[in-house]
Amino acid sequence: MRINNYVAPDNLAEAYLVLNEHNSNTVLGGCTYLRLTSKNIDTAIDLSRLGLRYIEETADAVEIGALATYRDIEVSGILQSLFSGVLPQSVMVIVGVQFRNLATVGATVYSRYGFSDLNTALLALNPEVVLYHAGRIPMALFLEQGASKDILEKVIIPKADLRASFKYLRNSSGDYAILNVAVARSRDEWKIVVGARPFRAMIAAEASKCLSGSRLQKEDIERAAKTTADELEFGTNMRSSREYRQAVCEVLVQRAIQEVIS
Amino acid sequence: MRITLWINDRQQELEVTCDEFLAETLRNNGYLSVRQGCSTTSCGLCTVWMDDKPVLSCSVLSVMANGKRITTIEGVQDEARAVAGFLVGEGAEQCGFCIPGLVMTVLAMKKDLRQPTAEQIVHYLNGNLCRCSGYMGQLRGIKKYLGVE
Ligand SMILES: Cc1cc2nc3c(=O)[nH]c(=O)nc-3n(C[C@H](O)[C@H](O)[C@H](O)COP(=O)(O)OP(=O)(O)OC[C@H]3O[C@@H](n4cnc5c(N)ncnc54)[C@H](O)[C@@H]3O)c2cc1C
Repeated sequence: MRINNYVAPDNLAEAYLVLNEHNSNTVLGGCTYLRLTSKNIDTAIDLSRLGLRYIEETADAVEIGALATYRDIEVSGILQSLFSGVLPQSVMVIVGVQFRNLATVGATVYSRYGFSDLNTALLALNPEVVLYHAGRIPMALFLEQGASKDILEKVIIPKADLRASFKYLRNSSGDYAILNVAVARSRDEWKIVVGARPFRAMIAAEASKCLSGSRLQKEDIERAAKTTADELEFGTNMRSSREYRQAVCEVLVQRAIQEVIS
Repeated sequence: MRITLWINDRQQELEVTCDEFLAETLRNNGYLSVRQGCSTTSCGLCTVWMDDKPVLSCSVLSVMANGKRITTIEGVQDEARAVAGFLVGEGAEQCGFCIPGLVMTVLAMKKDLRQPTAEQIVHYLNGNLCRCSGYMGQLRGIKKYLGVE
């Protein structure tokens, strides 16, 4: 990675302006991923003066600022006690504590990484993302369509009477997940999300619907897991084959549902 | 660019390029305990503290560290010697290349966790790789240092 100029703007309007002045101008998060690239950046934009590092609880939501780190999520009392603690669970296995003190939420969500653990857990909680230019949009839609040359300000998760579970399979601790799954239940409405397929996290809409209308017997859970594995697309990469991922998906979804109802 | 760092409690004005990483800056200025291992944010060798939190200095842009307090093992020598004594006692130092980063993480853990369990210790040290010791000797030494059974 090469950087010609560096700026730390005082407000988002200025940051957005600089970002769009030149095609190669780039927002900096914790640089854990950027440092691996061979990007030639004209101007690097540091957001650290903008007060975006926070995790706050309001009356009806939890708001996570773009510069909140994985470690902030992991040790947040708010996030440990809400949503069955799935957000801390999803990040605490990623590399090491020194890494988690750097990697940020804004970069992870904005970049829509297929392998992301956090994005899978977040998506099950029905959040919205706030972008400086495009405004407030559901995360599910954002993960589908992405954005161009925008800045992610924060993620807003509605508070709900909700139980959730996060599961993953890894070849070894600290490695990327072969597959990850998040399941959430709010009253009778279920949401099943699968990520690292290795494609980006996605809601298994049909399976979620069929579970929502069911009596949650063993056969209902098995059917939901099978439907999930059938309706989503899986792929092959160096970590696992498509077939293996599909088989693992059924198991993890069943385990996650069992944990939510236990 | 000119930046100010408080390295081991000493204020230093340094000239850095926009794409220079903290590990490089520290090494260029004589803090040779800071090792460059993988340079892909995986191995933990370059661990230093930034405002008292352990970070991978190979991934922190020096310009982003402007105004911050940086601690390397040169700044915590007495505490580091104590940890090292326990590692040596277990024959866990071997080539020693990863030890400064490991010790900085152990000292951070001591401040972060009260009475950690063996499981919490292993989890906290997940980001520190060692290619010769096989970890068991390190773990024994660190548990003894922390007074954990
Ligand atoms: C060795 C290694 C192992 C990893 N293992 C895992 C794993 O197991 N699971 C997992 O989920 N992830 C894993 N990751 C990926 C990790 O999640 C990413 O490194 C992290 O998401 C990037 O965060 P960052 O803040 O460092 O982003 P940066 O590297 O700073 O930025 C990444 C991208 O996001 C853009 N960006 C940053 N902030 C914003 C913003 N606010 N708005 C718009 N764009 C922005 C940047 O311009 C850049 O394009 C791993 C990474 C590494 C290097």
